[in-house]
Amino acid sequence: MAEKRTTTPSAHRDNAREDALADAVGEQRAKHDVTTPALGVVGMLRWAWTQLTSMRTALMLLLLLAVAAVPGSIWPQRVQDSFAVQTWIEENPTVGPILDFFQMFDVYSSVWFSAIYLLLFISLIGCIIPRARKHYQQMTSPPPRTPRRLERLPEYGALELADDGPSLDQALDDAAAVLKKRRYRVEKRETSVGAEKGYLKEVGNILFHVSLVGVLIFIAFGSMFSYRGQKVLMEDEGFVNALVAYDNFYPGTWFSEDQLEPFSIRLNEFERVFDRQVDENFEPLDGFGQPLEFTAHVTVQDGHDAEPEDTTLRVNHPLTLGGAQLYLVGNGYAPVVTVRDGEGEVAFSGPVVTRPDDPVYTSMMVIKVPDAQPEQLGFVGLFLPTAYDDGTGMAISTDPDLHEPELHLNSYYGDLGLDDGVPQNVYVLDTDNLEVLNSRESDEGGIVLAPGETHELPDGLGTLEFEEINDYIAIDIHYNPGEAGVLVFALLASAGLIATLFLRRRRAWVTVEQTPAGRTLVRYGLLSRGEDFSLRDETIALRTQLEKIWPVRPPEETEPSGVVSGEGPNTTRGI
Amino acid sequence: MILAIDGTELQPINVELAEYSELFMLISAFIYTLAFILFTVDTARSSATIRRVEAELAQEQEAERIAVTAGAAEATASAQADGAAKTAQASTAETSQPDTSTAETSSDGAGPGEAEVNAELVDDDMAYARPKRPLANVAVAITAVAAAAHIFAVVARGLAAGRWPLGNMFEFLTAAALVVTVVYLLALIRRDLRFLGVFVLGLVVTMMVAATIGFPTPVGHVQPALQSPWIVIHVSLAVLAMALFTLTFAMNILQLVQSRRERQVTSGAEGALARSSFMRLVPSALSLENWSYRINAVGFVFWTVGPMITGAIWARESWGRYWGWDPKEIWTFVIWVVYACYLHARATRGWTGNRAAWLSIIGFICIIINYAVVNVFFPGLHSYAGLPE
Repeated sequence: MAEKRTTTPSAHRDNAREDALADAVGEQRAKHDVTTPALGVVGMLRWAWTQLTSMRTALMLLLLLAVAAVPGSIWPQRVQDSFAVQTWIEENPTVGPILDFFQMFDVYSSVWFSAIYLLLFISLIGCIIPRARKHYQQMTSPPPRTPRRLERLPEYGALELADDGPSLDQALDDAAAVLKKRRYRVEKRETSVGAEKGYLKEVGNILFHVSLVGVLIFIAFGSMFSYRGQKVLMEDEGFVNALVAYDNFYPGTWFSEDQLEPFSIRLNEFERVFDRQVDENFEPLDGFGQPLEFTAHVTVQDGHDAEPEDTTLRVNHPLTLGGAQLYLVGNGYAPVVTVRDGEGEVAFSGPVVTRPDDPVYTSMMVIKVPDAQPEQLGFVGLFLPTAYDDGTGMAISTDPDLHEPELHLNSYYGDLGLDDGVPQNVYVLDTDNLEVLNSRESDEGGIVLAPGETHELPDGLGTLEFEEINDYIAIDIHYNPGEAGVLVFALLASAGLIATLFLRRRRAWVTVEQTPAGRTLVRYGLLSRGEDFSLRDETIALRTQLEKIWPVRPPEETEPSGVVSGEGPNTTRGI
Repeated sequence: MILAIDGTELQPINVELAEYSELFMLISAFIYTLAFILFTVDTARSSATIRRVEAELAQEQEAERIAVTAGAAEATASAQADGAAKTAQASTAETSQPDTSTAETSSDGAGPGEAEVNAELVDDDMAYARPKRPLANVAVAITAVAAAAHIFAVVARGLAAGRWPLGNMFEFLTAAALVVTVVYLLALIRRDLRFLGVFVLGLVVTMMVAATIGFPTPVGHVQPALQSPWIVIHVSLAVLAMALFTLTFAMNILQLVQSRRERQVTSGAEGALARSSFMRLVPSALSLENWSYRINAVGFVFWTVGPMITGAIWARESWGRYWGWDPKEIWTFVIWVVYACYLHARATRGWTGNRAAWLSIIGFICIIINYAVVNVFFPGLHSYAGLPE
């Protein structure tokens, strides 16, 4: 098999096929050696350009792109979770800064990653423009000239017509008609017909690559003018789309504040549905207690003048307001507490956002009361929707629904560090500089509260009242004007990809000549550009059609030497 | 007595059907294992198969020689009939007969000696050729039975849960195993891919075992983020693509071995590979390369439309952005680029053959990483795998 490759052009490869064509036409094969670059700036630039736009370079850049994308999955990325990056660097003080220097935490906006894909796209454009120009020429010019030796083509055959068969010219006309019917573009020549079809294959190829450029442009456009932000919304609380109202806000490079459309949203009620299925013995099934549906009942107003409208916001069902999308990305319980300080004044009152940590909504809770007198107060602990003490004295939550809600808190007093203006994470209480009031370890014990109960802090420093439980939702607000463009070009790219991978570009030639016996001898040859595994089927179909319209002499009389012993008449070679 | 779920349109789990599904999943895994064993035995006995075929061939040649002395015309007819039978897959009956002139151009086929025997043993078009392999045939039939049980298990699972049965790692892996089997069986109708059997069934059994041991998940509902019609097209296309890439992975491995053997045979070296009987039943490296290219091209389109584009659309519906470099998205992108490399390599001088095969194999390794490593070890938005806490 191996020697076959060297002796005959393997019929399946683009380059090899071009070589076969050059062979058949009698042209010199193009030289593919890299010539030494001529000196001089222009020469060097031209050489560099040729190298960059070569297929080999494109392949290398593609491989490099795949490798360069991998670190982003190994280390946390700022684009994903900047908090995780910060933690990682703190935990790895030696390696962290080095990796950060090499932009390993910003892989997809890093210099090196950008360099690779920009070079790749330049290479792509440099490759696709000449190809498009060449293809346009081919589409608008007649099929390529007839090779001198058809028998060198990957598919070749001959038919000797009977004595009463058509004349040479008539045979050419017939062949042209058959090829046309097979949707070839046909040109009739003196003693031959040239035909080609499947131009859409290359069109698809160009469309695919151009669409990739389109995708990239719209990604860039989108990231410039986009914005995204997050907001935690309590029950009965509203949000108006303005910069100050966001908890977090990430603008695009060219974002301006007047892009914010003044829509508003208000959370009326939040509903959770958990799996409650039990079997015949009322034993819970697997999956008991897992969330099934989250529904936020909201009132929205799309601009100042619009009518308020009641609707729902659900997972997978975003709302569109003022061109931006609103997503339900999180939810939790917000216990309503009131803290009275040592002087009996209300120092804090309202719902506190807790952060669910597991499927049964074991939620982290932090209350900071800087206004308390005489000492500032801090509370940290858990909110448990269904508290259950398994006897160890350590309560856990056993269900995400509110069956036995309890607060389990430690309390502290001292300077919370909020007065010197350094921004703090509201969900973390730094207890290093605080004195313990209540704790499981202390004599006073921890605070355990059910709704409606009040806990008195030691030393007369105040009281904590657990009133009721509200719900809250976390919404993400996204505005990206580039999305539609990205989608359109992605779909165009797919269409181009399908066309270029599954259409076949084929050339066919038919020649006629007079045999010494005065009969008409028709020869035909087919050649494919690019991958083609069914050229043989095409040949057989073409031959069948030709045999139908002409009286063909039986094959063994056509070429007596043709019947080779040992060789089956239909030996298939390659594919 | 099954309590309905209040306040939602979700139907309750059909417990009885779920149990049947799990039972049939297990049964199909056992039958796959049996088929795998049979394929292995068939592979091990390939030298016996070859000896038998060689004996038959010798007999026929003897018969032919007698026929030649009896009359040349008859011999031609018999040769033609022989040829026609051989390529019945490729060409239709009426065209195969008067095709003498085409034969002339194609006369570069098999050389003398062993190559000729090989040409009789396997067909590069992977049409059904001579060797009768009863064991392999039984193995194929058993695989079909297993696939039927498997289809029932997957469908029953979907019906029992009232949703598309591709909601977690277990369902993904078992469905991928099913698609691998079905694609293989469908291909077997037209092409003789029995040489792949031991590899395909080996992979299928591995997938079933990995799913059952690694990610056992009871039938259940899925979390709200997964309740979207996009799961049908997004995950199904991912499964299809993965199944196709699994098949080409097996073919590319064989291609590398076969091309090594071809080099040994050509150089006259007496390596173990050159004498390997099984590899003589495997088509040529070139043929394997071409077929895996065709399958990879389809797989690449599925991967583009499925994981990439519909994934982006769904991500935008669910998470608010179409692409966010989540670990799963990163690896989906890496896989796409690797297979894009593969497609480009096929059009690049010096990158065809073994190098392209390596790219395809690397692509499959990335798929394994994307499936197994990313879901299990990297925290990300795709971490709803139904994994034990």
